[in-house]
Amino acid sequence: MNSSPGTESPSVLLTGTSSDAHTWNLVYLQLVLEEIGHTVANLGPCPPDDLVVRSCLELQPGLVVVSSVNGHGFNDGLRLIRALRAQPELASTTVVIGGKLVTDGLRNVGMIRRLTAAGYDRVFDDGELPAFRALAARTPYRAVS
Amino acid sequence: MTPPSFGGFVARAHARGELVVQPRMGFSDPRLMREGLERTRAAEAVTVGTLTLDSYTRVNDLAAARLAVAEGVPLNGYPICTHAPAVSHTVLDGIHGTGFPVQVRHGSARPEHIVAALLALGLDATEGGPVSYCLPYSRTPLSEAVAAWRTVCGMLARAGTDDRVPHLESFGGCMLGQLCPPSVLVALSVLEGVFFARHGLRSVSLSYAQQTSPEQDREAVAALDALAGELLPGVDRHLVVYAYMGVYPASRTGALRLLEAAARLAVESGAARLIVKTAAEAHRIPTIADNVEALETAARAARTAVRPAAGAGPGVDSEVYAEARALVHTVLALHDDVGEALLLAFRRGLLDIPFCLHPDNAGRTRSFIDTDGRLRWSDTGRLPLARTAVAGARKLTSADLLTALTRVQRTYDPGGTR
Repeated sequence: MNSSPGTESPSVLLTGTSSDAHTWNLVYLQLVLEEIGHTVANLGPCPPDDLVVRSCLELQPGLVVVSSVNGHGFNDGLRLIRALRAQPELASTTVVIGGKLVTDGLRNVGMIRRLTAAGYDRVFDDGELPAFRALAARTPYRAVS
Repeated sequence: MTPPSFGGFVARAHARGELVVQPRMGFSDPRLMREGLERTRAAEAVTVGTLTLDSYTRVNDLAAARLAVAEGVPLNGYPICTHAPAVSHTVLDGIHGTGFPVQVRHGSARPEHIVAALLALGLDATEGGPVSYCLPYSRTPLSEAVAAWRTVCGMLARAGTDDRVPHLESFGGCMLGQLCPPSVLVALSVLEGVFFARHGLRSVSLSYAQQTSPEQDREAVAALDALAGELLPGVDRHLVVYAYMGVYPASRTGALRLLEAAARLAVESGAARLIVKTAAEAHRIPTIADNVEALETAARAARTAVRPAAGAGPGVDSEVYAEARALVHTVLALHDDVGEALLLAFRRGLLDIPFCLHPDNAGRTRSFIDTDGRLRWSDTGRLPLARTAVAGARKLTSADLLTALTRVQRTYDPGGTR
């Protein structure tokens, strides 16, 4: 179930981070997004930054969802958003990140501030699924062109 | 001095009736790593040590590991390829030995750099496998993982001498941690064990991760034992149980009770070793104290359980054995080379892991937790199993998936279901 059936231009690009091997978060979020009405391209675990950038440029999703639960999400997520925002075509794409982003499991306001300052539109803590669902429901179901 | 032998140590403990318990522990700070090993050795339990490696080392992004170490960013494991060998010797010297062998746990689909590093440090026990560390956790094509694991098996085998016996554990009993029907876990563990043995390993262990039904779990470990006996004659081997690898109970009491159940499963099914989970599992990377508590809790629970007499368990008279046997023999009949057989099997969907996102997995199978708690198929795809193996089919929603993924957590947490 790598991607929603029959999608050439998915409305959402869903991805893990370069060092994160977890996939249940991605399997689950794909179902959540599809139930809202989105079509999803699921890049799966451990995508190198350039694969995420290339996929965003090719597929032009309206929303990019970065999910990480291995404790490296802050570090990896910071590097990824800088690579994405370095592309002029992706300057205004909505990009969000969420999960368990640091190794100690503590909510960290400084971390959230640094991630948003670097270009994420929203940072979701572990357990903020309703807020994520609400944001995804407000995002257009068709790719922006 | 005789070098430590991981398989030999476990076999001696098993013969004495002791369950070997092992943490899954790794820290980037060498002093903390050494302290973790020291306190594992000192725990009130028969233990072996673990160096769990960090995610950057796993995916061979050594530049990121170096940068993190230089900047003091804590990693989620020990960067064995990044710290200088002299530093790693300060972690291991006087600890790794015949009375306390240390195993490297890593999760890498292409572990050539890791195996080279661990052999250079005088270590020779590790784990993984061409399928079990590729499909669930990587984007590496399966053919590349098979080639890499042929190489590392050769490296480990060549390091063996008359009294140095490298050991390799298959991680095939985990496969995404949850919702994979046990017959596939058993089949993959056996097939990876056969792969290791055909590539020169003389000491292997086969794994099985605790699932949703204690009865089905006991059948699965019995099936693993029986198939290993049939297909790995003359190879030093033991069985290792993993405490639940899925969504873990959030409460301390729930987490420890689930661990105790895993320890009893290990003893009652005749397994020789248990990899523990801690009470902190659901919240963060566990501390040394969390790990010691888990080791001692598991060892206490193991002492209350009774190993069955030979022939007293479920043996080969079970659904799990019948399915696993069909899978193993179908795959082995595809090609004389086990690696090629595994590639053909996944290409044709004869092996197929439910919910696995890897492009080389067919993705035609689906599973669910039946009302009796057993994991069953809702779609067997092209698996060589009878149609009667399919027990129910309807479209899975995100809520259904979450319910299934959290079933064990809810069962063990206070106020949970059942």
